[in-house]
Amino acid sequence: MAGHLGDLRLSEAISLLSQTGQIQLDDAAEPDVQLVQRIIDGLCELSSLDALTGLANVRQFRMALDQELDRVSRGGSPMALLMIDADHFKSINDTYGHVTGDIVLQAIAQCLRDNMRPMDTLARYGGEEFAAILPNCLPQHALRAADRFRVRVEAKEIVLPDGQTVHVTVSVGVVGVTAWRDSDAKSLIASADRQLYEAKRAGRNCVVMEPTSATGVSGSEKSALLSANMQAKDE
Amino acid sequence: MSKIGIASPRSAATVSKHSRPGAATIIAVTSGKGGVGKTFVAANLAAALSRSGKKVLLLDADLGLANLDVVFNIHPKITLHDVLTGGATLEDAIIEVTGGISVLPAASGLVEYSRLTGEVQDELSAIIDQLAQRYDYLFLDTGAGISDLVLYSASLAREVLVVATPEPTSLTDAYATIKVLAMMQQRSIFHLLFNQVSKSGEGSRYAAQLGDVANRYLESQTATPIELHHVGDIPEDQSVPDALKKRKLLMHAYPGSPAALAMSKIAKAVSRI
Ligand SMILES: Nc1ncnc2c1ncn2[C@@H]1O[C@H](COP(=O)(O)OP(=O)(O)OP(=O)(O)O)[C@@H](O)[C@H]1O
Ligand SMILES: [Mg+2]
Repeated sequence: MAGHLGDLRLSEAISLLSQTGQIQLDDAAEPDVQLVQRIIDGLCELSSLDALTGLANVRQFRMALDQELDRVSRGGSPMALLMIDADHFKSINDTYGHVTGDIVLQAIAQCLRDNMRPMDTLARYGGEEFAAILPNCLPQHALRAADRFRVRVEAKEIVLPDGQTVHVTVSVGVVGVTAWRDSDAKSLIASADRQLYEAKRAGRNCVVMEPTSATGVSGSEKSALLSANMQAKDE
Repeated sequence: MSKIGIASPRSAATVSKHSRPGAATIIAVTSGKGGVGKTFVAANLAAALSRSGKKVLLLDADLGLANLDVVFNIHPKITLHDVLTGGATLEDAIIEVTGGISVLPAASGLVEYSRLTGEVQDELSAIIDQLAQRYDYLFLDTGAGISDLVLYSASLAREVLVVATPEPTSLTDAYATIKVLAMMQQRSIFHLLFNQVSKSGEGSRYAAQLGDVANRYLESQTATPIELHHVGDIPEDQSVPDALKKRKLLMHAYPGSPAALAMSKIAKAVSRI
């Protein structure tokens, strides 16, 4: 069996991984189980990351969101979902070109990452849209955190290779998820997207949170409130 | 500057001006559930306070279903809408009604305000700032629900008076209102009035229960404990709809009725806040 490892065609995987720095070319001298394992790990990691920004990609994000929702729905602490979109990004691309556009996206990614906790998941969701999962976060804290991210991006000076500086802003849609909320990933993402749309409509560079996130009255709050009601009626 | 909101640009969430310059005590009357007597309470409290010599203005902050005009039997040609759009001055829109009360009416069906834009917020805030200079009391009669406009109106008021009835849906809606104002505007003091009660002591019991639940569930989420001040109860009283049918204020039509007497007591409590 062992001899068959040598028959594997690993060169393409190795050159891909060496381009991204995950593996050194000379590692590939002699394939052994360890090397194959490293290649598999590298490929798995690559397939969960966004190539441009190094953030989680959509697939990884969806997995993390499902896991987090599962945790919350089992009585876990609340979480928040954020959709973050660069404002007027098309005009950056049009004015400075796509290379600069990419630099700006990387800078936004870096800035957001720097301002989040290690436990938070930040993903590139598409073109100039990012998504974040903030576990263990009360709705009203999510609102403040989202605004902090917005302020930090706004304040960031993005220096281009030619020395020019660019400023960019983001709009953020926020949805809070508490244990009593029964919602699937798809509808939460849709709701966060709607809040993001509202933020864009409100003039961009602002944060909008779903109204029900913080105002929902849970079943246990309701029954606590109405227990007195029942007693009063019984008297 | 912070730019965050609950489904509206700069709302409600952080922009709260509990204490504003000017002389007036600004009181937002709100309830969550509709039809529990907000407009009745605001109008008759205004009457009771103006009887004791205070200058009182009622602002119809229910831009969707304005009905202060109905209660006061007035037929305004110029409304808050015209002031907001710059078509009229504040002076043009204010109507002096019976007993020295002033009313700033709104027009019904102003659906365009269901989405509260930044401009409307600024206008409304400026209008209230101006009014605060001229009156002792400003009552903001809000609409039902917890819309952006209701939240924003509350954010402009120094005091919030929550009106509830003993009905379960009214209790939970009153709680939801208190919760969102506590969490999003860091408001910790609320005044609570129970309307249409049938047994004495009923209101106090609900007030205590609401306070308990609020502090139990919101404790970990608010900076300061929530204080609910129970200002009093108003009994279910046929004189209330009767006065409305005559297009008169209860305080004027049936000053000796149980509801009017309760209202006078509450006005005294309100004059101390
Ligand atoms: N104490 C009372 N006894 C009897 N009827 C009452 C009492 N209080 C209020 N009502 C009646 O309840 C109805 C609703 O009152 P009101 O219009 O003041 O409520 P509201 O909270 O302002 O409603 P909305 O949410 O639609 O603005 C009125 O017809 C009024 O006559
Ligand atoms: Mg009303």
